[in-house]
Amino acid sequence: MGIQGMELFAIGVVIILFMAVLKQFGILEPMSSFEDNSDSDLELSTVRHQPEGLDQLQAQTKFTRKELQSLYRGFKNECPSGLVDEETFKTIYSQFFPQGDATTYAHFLFNAFDIDRNGSIRFEDFVIGLSVLLRGSVTEKLNWAFNLYDINKDGYITKEEMLAIMKSIYDMMGRYTYPCVRDEAPSEHVEKFFQKMDKNRDGVVTIEEFIETCQKDENIMNSMQLFENVI
Amino acid sequence: MAAGVAAWLPFARAAAIGWMPVANLPMPVAPTEKNKRQDELIILNVSGRRFETWRNTLDRFPDTLLGSSEKEFFYNEETKEYFFDRDPDVFRNVLNFYRTGKLHYPRYECISSYEEELAFFGIISEIIGDCCYEEFKDRKRENAERLMDDQEDNKDAKLPNMTFRETMWRAFENPHTSTMALVFYYVTGFFIAVSVITNVVETVPCGSSPNQKEVPCGVRYTVAFFCMDTACVMIFTVEYLMRLFAAPSRYRFMRSVMSIIDVVAILPYYIGLVMTDNEDVSGAFVTLRVFRVFRIFKFSRHSQGLRILGYTLKSCASELGFLLFSLTMAIIIFATVMFYAEKGSSSSKFTSIPASFWYTIVTMTTLGYGDMVPKTIAGKIFGSICSLSGVLVIALPVPVIVSNFSRIYHQNQRADKRRAQKKARLARIRISKEGSSNAFLHSKRNGLFNEALEFTSSTEEEQRLTKSTSLLESQHHHLLHCLEKTTVSNHEFVDEQYYQQSYLEAGLQNYPSRSPSLSSQDGVTGTCCTRRSKKHHTPLPNASGPAHMQPLTHAHTHQQGLQELSTIHIQPLTTSRSSLNMRVDEPASMNCQSSQITTAIISIPTPPVTTPEGDAHLPAGPIHQNVVKVSAL
Repeated sequence: MGIQGMELFAIGVVIILFMAVLKQFGILEPMSSFEDNSDSDLELSTVRHQPEGLDQLQAQTKFTRKELQSLYRGFKNECPSGLVDEETFKTIYSQFFPQGDATTYAHFLFNAFDIDRNGSIRFEDFVIGLSVLLRGSVTEKLNWAFNLYDINKDGYITKEEMLAIMKSIYDMMGRYTYPCVRDEAPSEHVEKFFQKMDKNRDGVVTIEEFIETCQKDENIMNSMQLFENVI
Repeated sequence: MAAGVAAWLPFARAAAIGWMPVANLPMPVAPTEKNKRQDELIILNVSGRRFETWRNTLDRFPDTLLGSSEKEFFYNEETKEYFFDRDPDVFRNVLNFYRTGKLHYPRYECISSYEEELAFFGIISEIIGDCCYEEFKDRKRENAERLMDDQEDNKDAKLPNMTFRETMWRAFENPHTSTMALVFYYVTGFFIAVSVITNVVETVPCGSSPNQKEVPCGVRYTVAFFCMDTACVMIFTVEYLMRLFAAPSRYRFMRSVMSIIDVVAILPYYIGLVMTDNEDVSGAFVTLRVFRVFRIFKFSRHSQGLRILGYTLKSCASELGFLLFSLTMAIIIFATVMFYAEKGSSSSKFTSIPASFWYTIVTMTTLGYGDMVPKTIAGKIFGSICSLSGVLVIALPVPVIVSNFSRIYHQNQRADKRRAQKKARLARIRISKEGSSNAFLHSKRNGLFNEALEFTSSTEEEQRLTKSTSLLESQHHHLLHCLEKTTVSNHEFVDEQYYQQSYLEAGLQNYPSRSPSLSSQDGVTGTCCTRRSKKHHTPLPNASGPAHMQPLTHAHTHQQGLQELSTIHIQPLTTSRSSLNMRVDEPASMNCQSSQITTAIISIPTPPVTTPEGDAHLPAGPIHQNVVKVSAL
């Protein structure tokens, strides 16, 4: 029995080797060719996007022509394909906050910029968002901030949403802070926020409550003007 | 922060508005940009090739030359561009670094020129991107090795005061330093060869008398071989002890491989002397005799190729290890398979798996002795697969080892070539240095000459002799002149050879003391007579010396009692036109009387004579050393 077993095994090995040789010569190729073709097709077409013309962008945003040119140069340098996907966005944003973990907040930011929710930011989205942030009125800026906090974009900020945002902000700080960030700090912060913003105590903050409260707070109003001269 | 990311900073700052409504405390004031200007194009003119880029691009790396205000030093007001007198090809890479954030190293560029450019523009070379970093590091390592080799050769220079021990050690390490060392080297080599041949011949069966069976020569001529062995071992012992004595660090020497080999080579003899004909230990003694063959490793001191081989094997240790490991794996696999395949057949030699190891090794290395062969079909199939894979497994790591060996070997060859080149280079450097110092002395003489000329108005001469030096040279000479004047006791620059001579001779009384006045002729008397030209030890000045002396003799026979000043004639470097050669003659032929006449003045009446002579010298002049003296005026 042993002999026969070994012989069978030997014959099996020989057949395998034979097939390997045939594959080398291309005779066995047709069987595996289908998968290869489809793979190669996908790789050929890399996604690329060209932005709208300069004039349209000028009409849509409040930037001058030169500013748009400068912005596009920086944008294209980093993302030659014209699109920023979420991973790249997270990488870039994380480089500004080396000590902490900025990926969660970057995710929220990405969703705030990606207006049409297609998973990538085009130059138009980028520039429109920046236009609001830098040249928009205070109301527009507050609207934008509300949009950022409202994760599911239903018009209401719930406590859970706020908690997620707060945690992501505290995550950006990292561990090495003085004094140390306590674990309860985000929840406390959320509580304070809701106390301030939620006027009718219904557990959610609407856009009107938000804007009203912010307009009354002097600190917030001042800080909104902070980044006027960034570009 | 990476360059490109800096472009996103405005975006990140703008996005910070998202924190504002949540913040508890007021925000700090934002920094303002004072002269906020629109992004403008900058023109960088590098040796004529114009590169243009945005100012922002350059500002990405503020700690480099182009990114900081340092570039303002290179700003050209008229053309409104920054001009750099550097290599434009390398600058291309530098500028691309600003544009893309990645520094690339092109293969065709010389590593040292590239590093110089990087250093100039303030970019550290560690920033080189991953794609080019390997290449860069390899080239840098090669270059460093090259420089290290050059430095090592400097050690050959003989230090003036070496103890006997140090001399001996140097003699051992570099046999070329002295004849004694060379003799010793060859003698030891000879005795190593003799010893090895003795060991070999000892076992050859010598012819014997018919009634006895063949005996090896060692048994037949025991005494002769014993004497030979003793002599060799004595020489080796003496050599080892001398090396031990001379070694700078005895502990380190004793741990070195060569010394261990030495010890292992001579120890069996002494153990054999000590041991008696005890039956038990004689078996061990025979084993010890095997170690005598290690004497052949002593040849590695004599052969560089052997050393390279050993070094290669050491540096390829990982490849060898891999080879061994993969072979072992394959052997075990195939031995197991063969054993089970052949188990059924009767009278099979494959009695166990370890027994199959032998078959597997012999087959994989394609030796195929044939003492063990498979008989079943399965065994034959697996046997053939075994031999095919054996070729592969062994052939794969071997080229790595070979290439390593080749690299190290060529490096060594290059080292030898460079040593030879270096000697020539040093000679050239020395000559050029002397040339410049002689040019200085020459011009000093011309300076005196000029002063002398005030007394004899021969303006043509003045023109002819002063226009020969360039502005740079004249400034350099002026500098040396000032240095001379600064030192209190009025030292002068003199020729190196001259200095060595005078230092060694210690019999030299008078230095040429310079005094601007034309008087003080007394001092000259002593100086000229005691000077000795290093080269011209020949007693007669008119002796038939080397060919280049002929023009001198020719001039000398002018019988004008000329003292001629000699300069080293290096054709392209020196600018001394006149070859006023001084040959220091023996006191016998020295016209010390005429030495009262100063050199400068002497030469005045005879420039037509000397200058053609000088011109004859210049093209043909071999480099010969003469004492250069500025005679006192």
